Amino acid sequence: MLLEMEHITITAGQKNILKNFFLNIKEKELVALVGASGSGKSILAHSIIGITPESVICSGVIKYKGNILTEEIKSKLLGNEIVLIPQNTSYLDPLMKVGMQVAKGKKDKKHLQKVKELFQKYNMEHSVINQYPFMLSGGMTRRVFICSALMETPKLVIADEPTPGLHKEMAQKVVSHFREIADMGAGVLMITHDLELAISTADKIIVLYNGEIMEVTKAENFKSEHTLYHYYTKALWKAMPKNGFQNITIYRTNEKGCPFAQYCKKSKKQCITDEIPYFKKEESIIKCLFAGGEKQCY
Amino acid sequence: MIKYMLKSGIRMILLIIAISIAAFFIMEISPIDPLQTNIGQTALGIMSQEQIEKLQNYWGTNENAVKRYIEWITDFISGDMGISLLYRQPVYHVITQRLTNSIWILCIAWLLSGIFGVALGIISATKEGSILDKVIKGIAILFSSTPVFWFALIVLMIFSVWLKWFPIGFSIPIGVMTEDVTLLNKIHHGILPTFVLSIVGMPNIILHTREKMNDILKSDYILFAKALGKTKKQIILQHGIRNVLLPAITLQFASISEIVSGSILAEQVFSYPGLGQIAVTAGLGGDMPLLLAVVVICSCFVCGGNFLADMIYHIIDPRIQLKGKNT
Repeated sequence: MLLEMEHITITAGQKNILKNFFLNIKEKELVALVGASGSGKSILAHSIIGITPESVICSGVIKYKGNILTEEIKSKLLGNEIVLIPQNTSYLDPLMKVGMQVAKGKKDKKHLQKVKELFQKYNMEHSVINQYPFMLSGGMTRRVFICSALMETPKLVIADEPTPGLHKEMAQKVVSHFREIADMGAGVLMITHDLELAISTADKIIVLYNGEIMEVTKAENFKSEHTLYHYYTKALWKAMPKNGFQNITIYRTNEKGCPFAQYCKKSKKQCITDEIPYFKKEESIIKCLFAGGEKQCY
Repeated sequence: MIKYMLKSGIRMILLIIAISIAAFFIMEISPIDPLQTNIGQTALGIMSQEQIEKLQNYWGTNENAVKRYIEWITDFISGDMGISLLYRQPVYHVITQRLTNSIWILCIAWLLSGIFGVALGIISATKEGSILDKVIKGIAILFSSTPVFWFALIVLMIFSVWLKWFPIGFSIPIGVMTEDVTLLNKIHHGILPTFVLSIVGMPNIILHTREKMNDILKSDYILFAKALGKTKKQIILQHGIRNVLLPAITLQFASISEIVSGSILAEQVFSYPGLGQIAVTAGLGGDMPLLLAVVVICSCFVCGGNFLADMIYHIIDPRIQLKGKNT
């Protein structure tokens, strides 16, 4: 296993951002973390890398290749084995030429050659190397980030919202690059709120709601409603244009229990009063008492 | 770019004219009577009314103020700065002599305060919250609220009076012929005023640089640099300094005004015969031609500094530069 995360809880001040989060990524696997804005996705990405502000506290176990990911290991791996693909142009130094940033400030021939090759591979003109970030389009910025990630041979790629602001084809193209990176042997964690995009490219999809995992399922299970088990996942499925475009309205009232208890037809009294454990059914993991399957110790 | 330069150039000239008008009329309404300060109370008292009128006519003090200003400015533009009432020599001579005394003190103080100010600001920001940061910040705040003349007096007291390391005033030793004055003498006399001026110019630059650097260190691209595994040192050298230099340069050129105004007070304390001291003498002595010339030259420095800052920004900031090319 490339990356294992267990019992991850992230708090900022008094607020719980993520609760009891878990995640496994294998080599050659593309995992999509899907959730609405504000569900704590970006903070998670920053926590793995270790670049959250001091007020954000992350507890739990993060293992990389079976070893606990300590600061010491991290400092060796960041930028070569573990790479972050950030959201937008503001993550590029406004006063440094793009090519230099991709080369990470190294000016020797070998690195510059590599930059040239990568730019060519990702369909960017040679002149882009000498341009400044403010001159790049949204799509180009994303490709520059991808180039920057591929300067070394990454093993774990964490892409934080790589598609907002791009039109559909461009987003599709950017995401297809992540698929390629995964196929080359890396594990990819793609954080997105675009479910359709996630389904079309990812192997595994983690559905997040309000800082908690609702369901972990294979991407292909989204082909039909019957292979999805959680109320929220089904609701997301139904909300997709081709499956009926149904609105999701949720007003959370109860602190404990399932946030969907009052909407779900299967719900009983304990859905409102009890903490809901995770159950494993086939290869899916569901936070629901009545989805069937075995109880998990997550 | 050229259009922009012309525009700000014209604006600058208009501003300097406005400053000279303001200076002229402030002097005009000031209670200082040029006749009285130049001839002396008693001499004026024993003069007959006729003699006074004669003198007034000779100096032109009884003429209409607007007319006098227009006469002055037409002469000034044609290169005639007039004759100083106090020194009885052409203003041009007085000013060039004082300017050569002042200019190197101003330049060195300006460079030193810029270099050390930016360096200390960067150090302070990178070690935010540490004792070093608190000390630098504390001292900067302390000095930015210290009056220049007071600080100059303290320095004079410690280094000249008590320690006797430096002369107590003037730009050359007393009792030495002009031909015998060495460069070393001049440097020896210039050190204290330069020191005071550089210290006085520094706090602002330190605090501004610190603030800017703090903003930069909290930006997304620094976060990304961290995610790339760069060390703090690499981040500061590759991204921090690059981004803080732009605002620092602007500030540096804008700070010319502070150095110039500081020099007026500092030179007064050190009896240093520079441009600043002469401004005070001219002001108190009712020497209109000299004062106006000093005012115009000082505002040329200040406006010129701001203008240069603007131009340099255009040349070195790729964002402004390239936008200019496109339009």
